[in-house]
Amino acid sequence: MAEVPRYFPRARLAELISVVQRAGFRVIGPRVDQGALVYREIDGVEDLPQGLTDEQAPGHYRLAANGTQRHFSWANGMSAIKPFVYAPRERLWRVDRDTHGIHFRPLMSIAPRTAILGVRACDLSALILNDAHFLRNLYPDPYYRLRRENLLLIAVNCSHAASTCFCASTGDGPEVSGGYDLLLNELEEGYLVHSGSPSGDEILQKLATARPSRRQLDQARHQLDACRQQQRAMPPAPRLTGLMSRLDHPSWDAVAEQCLACGNCTAVCPTCFCHREVEAPALDGQSSVHRRDWDSCFNEDHSYLVGMLVRPDIKTRYRQWMTHKLATWQEQYGRSGCVGCGRCTTWCPVGIDFVAQARRVLEDEA
Amino acid sequence: MSVANCYLPWEAEIVERTQETPDIFTWRLRFTDPEIARQYTFQHGQFNMLYLYGVGEVAISVMSGDGSSLLHTIRAVGRVTQAMMDLRVGDRVGVRGPFGRGWPLFDARGQDIVFVTAGLGCAPVVSSIRYVVANRPDYGRLVIMQSVRYRHEALWAPQYDAWRGLPDTQVLLTSSRDKTRWPLWELGRVGVLLDQADYDKNNCYVMMCGPDQMLRDTAKTLIEKGVPGPRVFVSLERNMQCAVGHCGHCQMGGKFVCKDGPVFPFPEVAALMETEGF
Repeated sequence: MAEVPRYFPRARLAELISVVQRAGFRVIGPRVDQGALVYREIDGVEDLPQGLTDEQAPGHYRLAANGTQRHFSWANGMSAIKPFVYAPRERLWRVDRDTHGIHFRPLMSIAPRTAILGVRACDLSALILNDAHFLRNLYPDPYYRLRRENLLLIAVNCSHAASTCFCASTGDGPEVSGGYDLLLNELEEGYLVHSGSPSGDEILQKLATARPSRRQLDQARHQLDACRQQQRAMPPAPRLTGLMSRLDHPSWDAVAEQCLACGNCTAVCPTCFCHREVEAPALDGQSSVHRRDWDSCFNEDHSYLVGMLVRPDIKTRYRQWMTHKLATWQEQYGRSGCVGCGRCTTWCPVGIDFVAQARRVLEDEA
Repeated sequence: MSVANCYLPWEAEIVERTQETPDIFTWRLRFTDPEIARQYTFQHGQFNMLYLYGVGEVAISVMSGDGSSLLHTIRAVGRVTQAMMDLRVGDRVGVRGPFGRGWPLFDARGQDIVFVTAGLGCAPVVSSIRYVVANRPDYGRLVIMQSVRYRHEALWAPQYDAWRGLPDTQVLLTSSRDKTRWPLWELGRVGVLLDQADYDKNNCYVMMCGPDQMLRDTAKTLIEKGVPGPRVFVSLERNMQCAVGHCGHCQMGGKFVCKDGPVFPFPEVAALMETEGF
């Protein structure tokens, strides 16, 4: 928190949302859906969770009342903001067939201007990794770019860490360090707000704010300090490259006995990027749509080659997921692909603990 | 490919079609957009994504030619390629590319060139063999070693006979499953040829394609015989769907085979080729 933030009371959060809406954005925010928090479109502040916190553990996610008026007193929800830039299903192009031949045209859907409220530090770090993969590439992805350029990011510093969180150890949280348009710190009575971009400045100017008190600034700092005390810690990145020299470690066999290869972890991971190309011909035989759908390295055909599978069993697939995320990602993008959100652990139906598994392979019981 | 959308194919027409063997065919393609046809260039060892209307795309190495006469040799083995076999002259397909890193033919000038292939066709090196043959004075000795399962699968046999007659050129062939030994053919895997090959181990480039296990074993043998590791190049095959390093299927450790390869100096991939699952 470099410059001094501004302050507004909780009652004025509704005003922030309408200012953003009037600026031409649809607003995505956390909503309770089937007992979990997910990012969905919201009409106003009444759609946000209030007085709820999340209890997370391996294979466990529950929302519980915490007796506060807060809207953001939880760690994270099921999905990060990845689906809003890298769509789970993206139509790439359409081909029409006539007597002259076949004619290709890109299907660039018009990405609505989208504001996301409640973005976490881990998810912003993940977005930077998504950018590295899809944009800072020999072949920038035009579909991703379109969605990315239409985003307004309203981040919120965490005030609560789940037992599965380990962003402090990966260096990605709990404090947001950049990449946002607006940044909120939720206090008992209201919000501290920073702007991080010209778009953020514009929104902030339209909002009635005040100078925060010393007590409010202290409250924000204490919350973040408390949030840094997390129960799990991923070993540091240089140590994680050691996974590649332990490819024969017996704990890969042990985890393969538990893992269902369901792909939940890769679906909720904010940095997983695998997708498959799918062809959907129209029934009249005159056109066809080529699209991409999220895929998972846990799927049997992910490594399909004519007549064989490069990774024929769960052991090699689990090992691929973990060694890529933690070790070989560093070779690709200069850092580990894990931002410490803990979703892979929470949403694993058999409760495989990602951090504990990495430590078992590294024989690092710290 | 400089266009903004790396996912969008261009239309191409099949202008000639040759049935090489019961399941291998060669297309001569021409981009229907004259501007694309004029601009298209490739390096030997690169590949294109070929698209069949309503079915999908498949990665196929570029054999030779240019944008108005582009050769692809395809083996009908999967869902897309089997359906492609039914296409006829005049039919239209989609093409995008070229993609990936090709063979080091420029760096290899003045050196002995050793090609080692196993499996059917091995189109990724045939274009390079033709290039070296066409530019014979730029290179030292030329050694071509190929193993096939059965002699009748040796798609390029007539060319081998022609190449055998070139100066300073050696063509060594073997079939691994035949029972009868024919003139000019050995019996066994490609390893049986390595001792007969005559080239300068300290001044050569080796370019190989074939199954992973053959590449790994042959590369190790050649290095044991004294060929420097960085002079041994392998062309790898993995599941490629996007060809632009996005979809993740072709990853091998930290490499995206589609854009960091498919041609690699063996030391870059040697460790991962030792372990099942990469």
